[in-house]
Amino acid sequence: MKDLTSSIQELTNIAGKFGLDPFPMRYEICPADIIYTIGSYGMPTRYHHWSFGKAFHKMKLHYDLGMSKIYELVINSDPCYAFLLDSNTLIQNKLIVAHVLAHSDFFKNNAHFKYTNRKMVDSMAANADRIRRYEQKIGRMKVEAFLDAAMALSEHIDPHQARIKKRRSVLIKKENLCASEMWELDLAVGSEASDLHLNVSRKAKTEQEEVTLGASASVMEHEKDLLLFIMENNPNLEDWQYDILTIAREEMMYFWPQIETKIMNEGWASFWHTRMIRELDLTTNEAVEFAKLNAAVLQPSTTQLNPYYLGLKIFEDIERRYGRDHMFEVREVESDLSFIRNYLTEDIVKESNLFQFSKLGSEFVVNSTDWKTVRNTLIESRINGGNPYITTSQAGENLYLLHHYEGVELEVRYLEKTLPYVYHLWGNTVFLETILEEKRVQFSYNGEKINRKFI
Amino acid sequence: MSDFFYLISHEDWSLHRKGHEDQARHREKVKQALQHNLVDLVSEEGILTSNGSEMIRIPIRSLEEFRFRYNYKKQNHIGSGDANTKKGDVIAKDSENARVKSGQGSGAGDQPGVDYYESEVTLEEIENHVFSRLKLPNLNQTELTEILMDTIQFNDIRKKGIMANLDKKRTILEAMKRNMTNGQTGIGKICDQDLRFKTWNEVKKPYSQAVVLCMMDTSGSMGSFEKDVARTTFFWISRFLRQNYHHVEIVFIAHHTQAKIVSEEHFFTKGEMGGTVCSSAYKLALELIRTKYPPSRYNIYPIHFSDGDNLPSDNDQCIKLIQQMLKSSQFFAYGEINQHHRTSTLGDVFKSIEHPMLKTSVIFHRKDILKALETFFSESEHQGVSGA
Repeated sequence: MKDLTSSIQELTNIAGKFGLDPFPMRYEICPADIIYTIGSYGMPTRYHHWSFGKAFHKMKLHYDLGMSKIYELVINSDPCYAFLLDSNTLIQNKLIVAHVLAHSDFFKNNAHFKYTNRKMVDSMAANADRIRRYEQKIGRMKVEAFLDAAMALSEHIDPHQARIKKRRSVLIKKENLCASEMWELDLAVGSEASDLHLNVSRKAKTEQEEVTLGASASVMEHEKDLLLFIMENNPNLEDWQYDILTIAREEMMYFWPQIETKIMNEGWASFWHTRMIRELDLTTNEAVEFAKLNAAVLQPSTTQLNPYYLGLKIFEDIERRYGRDHMFEVREVESDLSFIRNYLTEDIVKESNLFQFSKLGSEFVVNSTDWKTVRNTLIESRINGGNPYITTSQAGENLYLLHHYEGVELEVRYLEKTLPYVYHLWGNTVFLETILEEKRVQFSYNGEKINRKFI
Repeated sequence: MSDFFYLISHEDWSLHRKGHEDQARHREKVKQALQHNLVDLVSEEGILTSNGSEMIRIPIRSLEEFRFRYNYKKQNHIGSGDANTKKGDVIAKDSENARVKSGQGSGAGDQPGVDYYESEVTLEEIENHVFSRLKLPNLNQTELTEILMDTIQFNDIRKKGIMANLDKKRTILEAMKRNMTNGQTGIGKICDQDLRFKTWNEVKKPYSQAVVLCMMDTSGSMGSFEKDVARTTFFWISRFLRQNYHHVEIVFIAHHTQAKIVSEEHFFTKGEMGGTVCSSAYKLALELIRTKYPPSRYNIYPIHFSDGDNLPSDNDQCIKLIQQMLKSSQFFAYGEINQHHRTSTLGDVFKSIEHPMLKTSVIFHRKDILKALETFFSESEHQGVSGA
């Protein structure tokens, strides 16, 4: 513990010397179970759900079998929480501390994180608390079923809309509502204030409904934020359901920048942990252990991209070509999309032996090693966080969704299982138009069965 | 707190059980989902080799989190190799296909890393699910309870008896009691008056027994698929009847143009050449009912599996024999295993008979086995040829 404290002190000083600007840090030392809980929930205070339990089981199983190990776990908050496994060796902890200091710097300074809620640990605790109350009041099964549905659609939000001015007045109103809810949330933490909260939210909602009615109800633009659209346009949602949608949205808004900057963020942290560890006086044994660990983290994989490795390669190339100052600028303004588009070069693709592959028969086969093909595919895979782009296209009693087809088909089995979730949220027949085998297809679900027709 | 640039804490997390609680909830939901997978479980071949009692390991999908997502198999992906990687290299096999047994699940193995739980399920657990859907067809209840049998029950204690039936524990207790009244502790001496003997009474218990007459066409047209399906179905039928009767006998009658009683092993493994004359099997079954399994003592379940390809000139006789058999049996079940959707002459025979206790089912795939079981063991008054 004493060694750890002095190492942390030393690494913190080194980080400052390199120009990193992290949040104040809170290091928590905890057992494997807890590390894997936090890893699977994304946050120690998040609400209960079986899907997190499933992820937890899988992670822990892999850990128990020695197949994998979480090296770092860090939370975007101010102060920034980092979790260290209690069985870590000192050198493992040094690497992790160096790595998370760089993550913390990234959270604090990357533009995409600017609007994330830095008190999310508390907000999620409040969310979890409210969901627990709903479970007690409404019944666990009902709440779980609604959560299943809300989570199935949670990627379909518009993470940027808060910053886009052209939003309709309705939505501006809506944003105000969110802010007042936030304030209420804080109030509700650890108190009995949930009823008060409900009253306020109902009142605000009624006001907001009036505004919706004021605007022409049939005005339809392609709304990407499906959760928001359902909140605004399904008047039959009960308060608790409305609140759960708010929670699903709020939490996805918080995680979204992390999805969008995975390669950059890991590359940045890997770049700095190697530089910072070089500044330490390591014993020979420590140096060997560090090298092993570092190699494991950066190990490329045949069938998927290792973000640590690719991100590091690109940052090293940026440093070589443009210098450190430019690196800090890139860290501030880019996300994976622009990072890859602007800085992935032919040399990096060749040096890292990147290739494109796809399924052919029962095998996965390399189909291109051309660097531009690789780059473009990588960019495509990062669009909308890797999720299909789906918007509303029309709504009255029924809800019409449109998949903006960009060359890759949706998985039909999943589509057919997801539509009932949309139905659950909307309360009436839902349609989704997409393209299969180059033909336009419309799927629908009316509460009883799935229908598919070519149009 | 935020005055410090960093803090290190080592708290007691032992009460933080969230992960375990939600893991348990997931497991619970997976078990619930078992019910929906019964079709697959019933046709699971592993069960047959389990000898009926042990735990069975069955790969069960963990619950999927459905959402709108791209079809992984129609997408381009990026990987990294070594300097020699070139166009056309195979980097992975779609390994999931190997795991998915025939007739199981739709679209399994969509993506590398589909999660399976190797779940341990007891046969009993599956039985509970399966048998809750099955009912013994309309039984003549009086017949069932009339069959009584003499048995003996040790349920009385007497002071006189034969030494072989001495109840040692009670004898010693008596001795201790007697000695205690004399102020002695411990067992002490045992006198004649301490002796206690177990004695029996004769009781009449209702006794039920059933016989399953498994008939199967073993002519050349019945391949390994047909035999497998028949075997699995017979397995479940006998398990189900065992739960309902004290004693279940199974007779295997193999037939082509002639019928004979064979061993189970022979029944399922040996094939014979030649045509198919189903009446031969029905005749033998009737003969058995007459001589060995009188309807007054047995509940009789004749079940016939065939691919439906009977000698046309034999059909008239089949109708007569089946009607005769229906009079003395609990039902007559006919399972047609027809994976190529052929027309069947025997199927037409059964269609022409109207009888509430005639149960027919056509099995196209392994997954139809559960449906066949449900058809055979249902209470409904009339059954047409279902699934045709």
